[in-house]
Amino acid sequence: MAERHFKIWRGDKKGGGFVDYKVESEPGMVVLDAVHRVQARQSTDLAVRWNCKAGKCGSCSVEINGKPRLSCMTRLNQFPEGQTITVQPLKTFPVIKDLVTDVSWNYAQNKKIAPFKPGKKGTDGNYRMQQRDIDRVQEFRKCIECYLCQDVCHVLRDQGKKDKFVGPRFMIRLASLEMHPLDTEDRVPKIKEEYGSGLCNITKCCTDVCPEHIHITDNGIIPLKERVVDRYYDPILWLVRKLFRKSNIEDGKNRRGGR
Amino acid sequence: MDISEIQTIEHDVLVIGAGGAGIRAAIECARQGLNTGIISKSLLGKAHTVMAEGGVAAALGNVDKRDNWKVHFRDTMRGGKFLNQWRMAELHARQAPDRVRELEEWGAVFDRTKDGLISQRNFGGHRYPRLAHVGDRTGLEMIRTLQDFCVHQGIATHMECTALDLLLDGAPPLARLAEGGRVAGLVAYWRETGRFVIFKAKAVIFATGGGGKAWRITSNSWEYTGDGLGMAYRSGAELIDLEFTQFHPTGMVWPPSVRGTLVTEGVRGDGGVLLNNRKERFMFKYIPKKFAAETADTEEEANLWLEGKEGARRPPDLLTRDEVARAIKKEVEEGRGSPHGGVFLDIASKRSPEFIKKKLPSMYHQFKELAELDITKEPMEVGPTMHYFMGGIRVNSDTQETSVPGLFACGECAGGMHGANRLGGNSLSDLLVFGRLSGEGAGKYIKKLQGTPKLDAGQVNAIIRRATDILNRESGTNPFLVQEDLQDVMQKYVGIIRTADELKKGLEELKRLYQDAGKVKAHASPQYNPGWNAAIDLPNLLTTAEAVTRAALTREESRGGHTRGDFYFESEEWLQHNVVIRKGKDGNMEVAKVKRDAPPEELRKIAYASLEELEGVKVG
Repeated sequence: MAERHFKIWRGDKKGGGFVDYKVESEPGMVVLDAVHRVQARQSTDLAVRWNCKAGKCGSCSVEINGKPRLSCMTRLNQFPEGQTITVQPLKTFPVIKDLVTDVSWNYAQNKKIAPFKPGKKGTDGNYRMQQRDIDRVQEFRKCIECYLCQDVCHVLRDQGKKDKFVGPRFMIRLASLEMHPLDTEDRVPKIKEEYGSGLCNITKCCTDVCPEHIHITDNGIIPLKERVVDRYYDPILWLVRKLFRKSNIEDGKNRRGGR
Repeated sequence: MDISEIQTIEHDVLVIGAGGAGIRAAIECARQGLNTGIISKSLLGKAHTVMAEGGVAAALGNVDKRDNWKVHFRDTMRGGKFLNQWRMAELHARQAPDRVRELEEWGAVFDRTKDGLISQRNFGGHRYPRLAHVGDRTGLEMIRTLQDFCVHQGIATHMECTALDLLLDGAPPLARLAEGGRVAGLVAYWRETGRFVIFKAKAVIFATGGGGKAWRITSNSWEYTGDGLGMAYRSGAELIDLEFTQFHPTGMVWPPSVRGTLVTEGVRGDGGVLLNNRKERFMFKYIPKKFAAETADTEEEANLWLEGKEGARRPPDLLTRDEVARAIKKEVEEGRGSPHGGVFLDIASKRSPEFIKKKLPSMYHQFKELAELDITKEPMEVGPTMHYFMGGIRVNSDTQETSVPGLFACGECAGGMHGANRLGGNSLSDLLVFGRLSGEGAGKYIKKLQGTPKLDAGQVNAIIRRATDILNRESGTNPFLVQEDLQDVMQKYVGIIRTADELKKGLEELKRLYQDAGKVKAHASPQYNPGWNAAIDLPNLLTTAEAVTRAALTREESRGGHTRGDFYFESEEWLQHNVVIRKGKDGNMEVAKVKRDAPPEELRKIAYASLEELEGVKVG
């Protein structure tokens, strides 16, 4: 069994730095296993979040060799033998301790979003939806809230505009609501004004890091941007609004499911 | 310490645990206008519910019209080897469909039938396609729906906050001392800061899950340390049926780092078959008499069932989990196992790659990433993994109240609903049905409550001292190593097949482990300190392990998730009894063999009815 070298960031909000560790590796080992091994044998106070250890809960997000990843799904054999593996906390969120960051901002964004508001049930007491009409929403609902997309998003990470943009995760959440065949709520005005859809400049970094392979930009954010454009910048609608001074023209809502 | 200096938060009801059961319970409390709080060891939306894959069982009858609550009830009783609390199994089967439809109203997007209704899939022990599902990520869909609904109900969610112990107004009701105190609140600590917090509450609902972390090979995460069981036990509540532990037949066995990780039963529900190293479908050899009439006995018939042919019986790969886990163990022991000590689970030769990727996307992903294996091309290697506690805190079937006034329990930490063995899909429905009922129960309790329960500073201080001692000790043992030691003991002595000799050895080892756990030391500060956190959880894990071992030693028969190598039969006598555990006057664990009430005649008739009698009956 080979020995692998790690640099793990240790510290808290006051500061910190990388500490070197050596871990005996075994076949199939993932980065989280190595962190656990350090925790159990070398440093019992090494802080790391984790739960399912199978890529389903999105707890163990960290940056490995500079790239945002789930540590439970990152095998050591992806890195050439002899290469040191660095593990550090998500940069976009404030550090609590070691690999654990304060992600509460994300929960606050979610709370701002108007909840699902279904229409009436059919006469037999059931809702009816066709599978083809929910395929796209189901893609968005695969999200495990690992916040890797939030971490990598330039608007949040580099520009620090957490007060202006909810980030890819919540654009996807909004898309899952706006494209839900049963939903009757209108969130387009807030998507433009409050949630900041215009700030995304479609670099697709979020899509690249999504462990659930959700097409965040193409299937989620771009269609939402288009709804905003349809609503606010369509020249014909603009003229109609100008002439009839109707502020609440019901459009967009009837066109869900299509672009 | 002057307790007025400790942060104090007041709620009418405090729910411990934010899995499906806890969130559903909190929603029900909030709906009754109660000031409700939830605390959870992890972040919201990360609890074990998220890992449930296959589906939620409810007799909606969307795929097969013959299904109704009575057939679901009958399946549940048969799967539980008739040891289930009759009333709980009845409430569960009757109410599950409404709970699933309600989730849809809250935004859940289940897979659909051709008619646009909620689709349902086959699963072990369920007569008809009954599991509403979303591919193989049903649990994620459910917890996200509950979570997103819950945050708009005015519920306070206190994340990364770990419960230490209950506070009682009065003394704990120890065995044979009838009158005890009532719930007054709970002491917890914030993981981020390590600071303590007192929650004042009129009622507390435990939704803390099981204690699978006491075993080495388990599908459970670090959180499943039997906290609710330990806290309830120390407060004088009774535990029931703890000998019944479910080893899920299909956990991953390779590579070592993921040994135990769950492989959904949905693989078999959607056509996957179990094979030994001779490529035999060995499950045909293990069909028990009582399921023979309803199980295919040839591969031809099993294939016809897979094609959806009416009248074809279901393949034995879908027998209940206890049967399949024992069969796999036997195949491996007799030298017919796979290279890494499991058996093969093959869906590649039964279904197209497109089908597999559509219906089992996370299994495809999981094997691809973690085992570098393509399940659309090759068979998986699987073996039993500790998965679920059928037993738990003893509750009233209708209100979910425990024997401690003001303490309620729901979900996996409550016992009785599943009897000796749980059917797949019945846990997700359990947590919805009984989550809601426990919220209702707590509401009714508070309405009748007289006076405000008083906090006792002595109790608070004692609880905090136990936690800080771990940090203040000069030196001591490493908590993670004690936990690993415990896991090896339980894996070795309290496994799938148990004997009196081994169980007694297990108890001896546990005695030693109690000593070790009393000497653990956590280094550094209490801020987000996993070593300290694990040390605090150890007593709960040990209480749970001891309770399981003692219950297993007491039940001298084999039934469902409890198999005794030295009593390899089902006994009529034991069918009439539950094993109940509580803390004795002397502080030691007391085990009682408690006679069960006779079942209501109407329910007994349904449970023992033939299928023909139940099919097509009007749901009543």
